Amino acid sequence: MEYMGIEPGRLHFSWISSAESTKFVDVVNKVTAAVKALGPNNNYLKTMAKVA
Amino acid sequence: MSAYIDKIKEISNRLLKESKVDMVIGFRKGTVPMMNEPCFAKTPQDVDNFVWDSNCGINLANYLTNREEKIGIIAKGCDSRNIVTHIIENKIKRDRLVIIGVPCKAMIDRHKIETMFETEIQDVIEADDKIIVKGDGFEKTLNKSDVLQENCAICIHRNPVKHDEVVGDPVEEQKDVDRYEDVRKIEAMPPEEKWRYFDDLISACIRCYACRNACPLCYCHTCFVDESRPQWVGKSQDPIDTRTFHFLRAYHCSGRCTDCGACERACPMGIKVRRFTKKLEKDCLDLFGWEAGMTLEERPPLDTYRSDDPDEFIK
Repeated sequence: MEYMGIEPGRLHFSWISSAESTKFVDVVNKVTAAVKALGPNNNYLKTMAKVA
Repeated sequence: MSAYIDKIKEISNRLLKESKVDMVIGFRKGTVPMMNEPCFAKTPQDVDNFVWDSNCGINLANYLTNREEKIGIIAKGCDSRNIVTHIIENKIKRDRLVIIGVPCKAMIDRHKIETMFETEIQDVIEADDKIIVKGDGFEKTLNKSDVLQENCAICIHRNPVKHDEVVGDPVEEQKDVDRYEDVRKIEAMPPEEKWRYFDDLISACIRCYACRNACPLCYCHTCFVDESRPQWVGKSQDPIDTRTFHFLRAYHCSGRCTDCGACERACPMGIKVRRFTKKLEKDCLDLFGWEAGMTLEERPPLDTYRSDDPDEFIK
């Protein structure tokens, strides 16, 4: 994905067991912080008008 | 070249006469220059149409999918690797095939040659390592080595990896080729530049799916772009839809692509489609030491689990 031009830090992978609630919270906080720091991703907005 | 043709005809004739195969898939001359087309020979008479030159860039493995007949097939290095991939993926049975191997001397790039001339090319003749291009009021001789398909210029598997018959002595494989110069160049760009680079690359795309149709790997009964329930990707020519198509198609080919160049050759707009697939081909080599279609004995990295699979990206 980074090869295509997605900024490093926008896409995250994690392996969390259903028993690891604290890790889940920790990861979600880190991911949201990292993505907020990058700002909105406008690249995925469609520029062409929708027809029908 | 003519020695190859004679041998191809001789082998095909023999296989058909002895009923070893129901048909032989090869090439015949196309209706326009530089565009040889696939030919399914079912009788020894059909074999007379067979040709071989530097315009046989289509990947014939594409025509094997789910076939039941006994088939003889002409195979270059890349075709043979895609045949191996087809066998591994249960798309054809090895014992239904007679592979007629052709040590490949590289194919010429029709897009490149077409852009060199302003008017229509009417005839292209090949003589040893020269290509003579003729049109209305012009005739020009080119060196074959200057107009090779990009994937052929960096090819390191010209000889068929599996074959039952062979039409000539093995050709010398290229050594010390830098296969991934273009990919590294893109990898080194900052994110915005990468994004722009691919925007420019696919700006000409008309979503005709010729690349997909020419690809021997793209045999899905219904392609994800044709699905409408659910519709995975928009069908418009919006840049983001086009980009989604190209990247997803490339992902589907990872660990399977042999860099045969059929996609790029088929593109009517001359888009360098291999810029997508090549990155994944490089990653498979770097991460798993894998080159697609080289062996029947090993499963591809994406359908096996090893405890030492790279997983640094999982946090």
